[in-house]
Parts: sequence; structure tokens; C-alpha cells
Amino acid sequence: MKLAVLGAGAVGTAVADLAGNYDHTVTALADSSSAVVADGGAGDGHGIDAAAALEAKRAGEPLGEHDPTDALEADYDVLVEATPTTLGDAQPGFGHVERALERDRHVVLANKGPVAERFGELRDLEAASAGTVRFEATVGGAIPVLSTIEDFDPDHIGAVRGVLNGTANFILSRMAAEGLGYEHVLAEAQDLGVAEADPTFDVDGTDAALKCVIVANVLADEREYALDDADVQGIENIPGSALELATEDGQTIRLIGEVTPAGEVRVGPRLVPEHGTLAVSGTENIVQLETEHAGRLNISGRGAGGPETATAVLADVGRLPER
Amino acid sequence: MSDSTEDVRAYTVRLELVDEPGELLRALEPIADNGGNLLSIFHERGNVTPRGHIPVEVDLEATPERFDDIVDALREAGINVIQAGSHTYSESLTIVLTGHIVNTDLSNTLSRIQESTAANVTDLSLSAPEGTEDVSSARLRLATEEGRAAATLQTVRDIAEEKDLRVIEPLMGGGAA
Repeated sequence: MKLAVLGAGAVGTAVADLAGNYDHTVTALADSSSAVVADGGAGDGHGIDAAAALEAKRAGEPLGEHDPTDALEADYDVLVEATPTTLGDAQPGFGHVERALERDRHVVLANKGPVAERFGELRDLEAASAGTVRFEATVGGAIPVLSTIEDFDPDHIGAVRGVLNGTANFILSRMAAEGLGYEHVLAEAQDLGVAEADPTFDVDGTDAALKCVIVANVLADEREYALDDADVQGIENIPGSALELATEDGQTIRLIGEVTPAGEVRVGPRLVPEHGTLAVSGTENIVQLETEHAGRLNISGRGAGGPETATAVLADVGRLPER
Repeated sequence: MSDSTEDVRAYTVRLELVDEPGELLRALEPIADNGGNLLSIFHERGNVTPRGHIPVEVDLEATPERFDDIVDALREAGINVIQAGSHTYSESLTIVLTGHIVNTDLSNTLSRIQESTAANVTDLSLSAPEGTEDVSSARLRLATEEGRAAATLQTVRDIAEEKDLRVIEPLMGGGAA
């Protein structure tokens, strides 16, 4: 398939980089200021030179000579939307999806905004289009959370819970293991590149909440969820003494996101058994699905990162119907 | 199906009594009045709880139905029932509170939790490494009646919010395995 990749952050560049390994061709790649677009005519399998464009970007130069909007109008089968997640109106990501669907193209999202904040509208646009929307990469990075729910059928999944933010999990597991304070471990995580310079959405629970909202949207029959529907608490400034008291009792604290059987979306620090399934350490993520006929299913792995998330994007591309 | 009303079982009820004359008798009356057969009474006079109460353990025999009536009657009489049987009234709930726990009157927090829920605080650990004026943490174990854990948690959340404390809740709903 021919892919146009919007967003040249960790995920977008990894998709451009790995697409060839999956027999796909990248025909456009854009960041917020410029784009590189293949000049081949329709039906031409000739793609862009992604490596050269990314090399230019690393050197501080534009990706290419085109305007970012040219990528949206390029020749492609699938739009990969990997621009940064935005809340509220979820723009500009939502507009990109809208345009691709108008053109009857498929869309694969790594951007959580449109699926978390405007799910109903997105589904309506999809219904009016010959294109299909998929968004595995928005929840749990490389872990196949949404496709597993799809395979099991959302009607036969009672509840979903798990650790969905690697940064928060790194901070909590390191605080517990080393007896260090919150600020200290956060600074360390930033040095290691585990936490971003502005880690707000990771530590205040927003990122995990967006993922749970997306899961809730997939599970729900009627109701539509947005971030405002989630009850969210973060781990900011959690004292080391709290982890100490938990450990004394054979437990530990993890930032757990859940979609309950009653359809509530909750994210917050929770006590879990210290050596239990949910107490993954470091940046690992885990998701537990309560299935109707098959008990509990645990899936864990890397929940973030460029190649990891790109793997989920490319898996989605592989699930799309031929155009 | 066996006829459970004919099924007499042994139960252990753990009570906390105020240290006043006549309290023990007042606690035993609801048991006898509701058809319970007293087997033994262990009155731990030397072992006062942190709240100054005296723990008493009562072994008795009753049918499950009558046992429920006994526990209800004890509670109606204002007797503090910590644990009743091990299978009927034994949901245990551990939470951690963080924030200015001491400055916001810890004993008031605890007594309000006990007064406004059906739960009893059965264990308390406080950790204040930065001193009691600073942010500290407390781990509470609450014993609640079966099925009352969610309601108890909601009340704890309300009290904590009022005092600007953070509640770290146990993960409910089967995720604890």
C-alpha cells in the first residue's frame, strides 16, 4: 500500500523507516513545517526517499520542498496520522482524518486525540467514506489491545484495566525499589529519556485516561466517551512514605487505568499486590481483559517508543481492506 | 439443596467494648436473645486497642440466619463489631492516605471513617519521615461487611477530599490477583 505519513516525531519517522520492511511504499512524509511528496504519477509505486528526508530533518533542514498540506493531497492509500495528540477539538489531526476520508482513503491513527475526543464524529465520517479507520497504535504501543478486543468481540469483554503509561510506571517502580523521592526519580527519568521535558500528561494521568477513553469507546454500544467522562488522578508528588507503607503490607502502587463493567473510566494510583500480574516494572505496560467465556487475559509489552508504536501502525495497515 | 436454617455452625465474633461496667453483659444479651449458643468468651482486658477499647472474642453456635440477626442486634445495641465469622462479614480493605495527615487531625479522620461507614479501622500505620508537620502517609486496614467495600471507599474519598488528602485505593474488581 502507499502510505502518506503525517507527523515526523518518533512514531512517524519509525513508520517511514520501517514501511519498506512490510512491503509498503511511503509516498509522502510531513512535519508541521514542510513535506516531502513523491513525484511519481498515479499507479507509480515509486516512493519518497525517506532516509534522505529524515537525514535532512536531523541536520535541521526541511523534510522537503512541499507544503505540509501537499502531503494530505498526495497519492496514497492510507493516511498515517502521527501528529501530536491534542485535546478538545483534536486539531489539526481531526482535520487530516476528515480530509483523507473525504477522499475515500484509509486512515491509521497513532494520534489519540480524534479517537478519544471526537469518536462519534469520526465514526460518522468513516461511515460516509469508502475508507476505513484503525487506531491500534493509540493504546498500549506495541501491545495488541484493540485488535484483541476486536477479535474477542467487545460484547464479550466485561472490563479492561492495566498499566498504560510507561513513564508513570517507571517513576513508581523506581521509587519503590530504591526508596527515592518523586522529584529525584522524575529528574532521572528525564535524563534517561523515559520522561519528556514536559511530563505533565504522563504523570497527571491524562495520557492513561485518553487510552482508557478509547477502550471505553470501543467497548460501548451506545454511549460515546471523551476525556471529560474519565475520573482521573495522577501520581504527581506522591510521597515515598506511601510506597513504603504499601511495601510493608506486601503491596505496591501503580497508576492503573480501568474501564469498569459499569462503564466508568477511572485512572489513579492504586494499591496492587507487590508481586502480582499488574505490578510490572520499569516502562513496561500491561493490560488485563476480563472476557466473558475465557476468563482473564493479560497482555504486556512495550507501551511506547518509535519502532514499537510504528509496529502497531503497520499491523493496522496490514488489517486494512485492499483499495 | 440442604436446609440451611437447620444448619447450626460455629462462629467467632470479635467485638470492641468500651471499658465501662456492664458493657460485657450488654454485648452478650443480643446473642442469647437471638438464639445463639455461647461457647466461650475471651475477654482481653490487658490488651487495650489504640482507641482505648477492650477486644472481646466470642465463640458461639447459631444457624446462619440467626447469626445474621445476632450481628444486626449487636450493631443496633451500639456494640462495635470488628469481625463476625470469617465468611459472612469479612471484607478487608487496605488504603493509603497521603498529605498533611497529622495536621488535619488524624484521629478525627479515623473516627469519622468509623462513624460514617459500616467499617472499622482494624490497623493503622503512619509514616512521617519528614516530620508530622510535612506530608506523611498512613495505611489503614478497614474491615467492612461483605458488599459494602465500594460504599465505604466512597465515604473515605469524601472525607479525604474535604481534608485535601489523597486516597490511594486498592484496585477493586478482581484485579488484585
